[in-house]
Amino acid sequence: MAHIKLPEGLQGIRGPLAFRPETARPMNELVEELLHAPNSLTGGERELIATYVSYLNDCYFCQTVHGAIAAAHLDDDEQLVKRVKADFKHADISQKLKALLVIASKVQKGGKHVTATDVEEAREVGATDMEIHDTVLISAAFCMFNRYVDGLATWQPEDEELYRQRGKKTAREGYVSMSREYIPQSQTQGA
Amino acid sequence: MPHINLPEGLPGISSGFAFRPETAKPMRELAHMLLHEPNSLSPGERELIATYVSSLNDCYFCQTSHGAAAACHLGNADTVKRVKVDFSTAPVSEKLKSLLAIAGKVQLGGKHVTSEDVDAARKLGATDMEIHDTVLIAAAFCMYNRYVDGLATWQPREESMYEQMGRHLASEGYKTSSVSKREVEPVAVG
Repeated sequence: MAHIKLPEGLQGIRGPLAFRPETARPMNELVEELLHAPNSLTGGERELIATYVSYLNDCYFCQTVHGAIAAAHLDDDEQLVKRVKADFKHADISQKLKALLVIASKVQKGGKHVTATDVEEAREVGATDMEIHDTVLISAAFCMFNRYVDGLATWQPEDEELYRQRGKKTAREGYVSMSREYIPQSQTQGA
Repeated sequence: MPHINLPEGLPGISSGFAFRPETAKPMRELAHMLLHEPNSLSPGERELIATYVSSLNDCYFCQTSHGAAAACHLGNADTVKRVKVDFSTAPVSEKLKSLLAIAGKVQLGGKHVTSEDVDAARKLGATDMEIHDTVLIAAAFCMYNRYVDGLATWQPREESMYEQMGRHLASEGYKTSSVSKREVEPVAVG
């Protein structure tokens, strides 16, 4: 049971986002910009970073839904998502993404864990300053989202098909658009 | 030196915000809503939560700037220091102590918060909204702190700068920048 009285029937982060639309709006806009807006990193690559950090933070809801969104971006390759979580160094992803996942995992431990060497190695395999920035911020942001979801003990049903379907839709439509499913539209606008 | 080529002369999070205005906007708005907009928790109380979490995350820039904002709201810098060292003996309400305990658990990881922690806060008068906002303030500062240190931003050790920022944050909030570009050479970073 959730620690506070959240709207019923909403899984994971949807409960607290609907509970507090004023904070939901910037949170959805942030994740939209980081994971869905056009970027030199693909949607699949950015969702893999989000999934990996959520896995390190042991957040069932976030790693499952973002894993499903990642798979939807990656031709439904759910095995690849699993391999990245289990051992990204041997997964079939670019050297650049591997270097960015190293940085993301350091940020998950704490910002000061990121070293100049980590950043240099990412740059040597082609990462730009913007890509390094976004990797740090995606990882930092999921250290927030994961804590929000688990810190309120939200309802997180273990239903892979639910996440799979939602993953496909979110990959297509993005986060702000999806938020209209669970937050009345009048409350997501303005302010 | 910062890990990436951030605009020079802007301390801490301001440099990340200037580098990437698209993500700065929602990050500023979130902080403004959590810390500055009307709330049953006073701005001083909310800034103390932000400061405490930033000190647990060992983020110099965030704990110093938000500590200055808290001191400005409270008219008292000593309380801020005492909350960071040992909030259980600090001159703050029992309710705030129970919320700081929850914030400390969130900093460790969301699953560390127990129903006993939440019940204890509720018995001291905390509402569901206050518990929600405490969890989200703590979670959000686990983001801001990592952003500031993960990019190795310039964080000058210059108290007067933070006092000035604190005054700006306390009066204006977070929607606009609290710093202007500085002439200080960004080499003296600890």
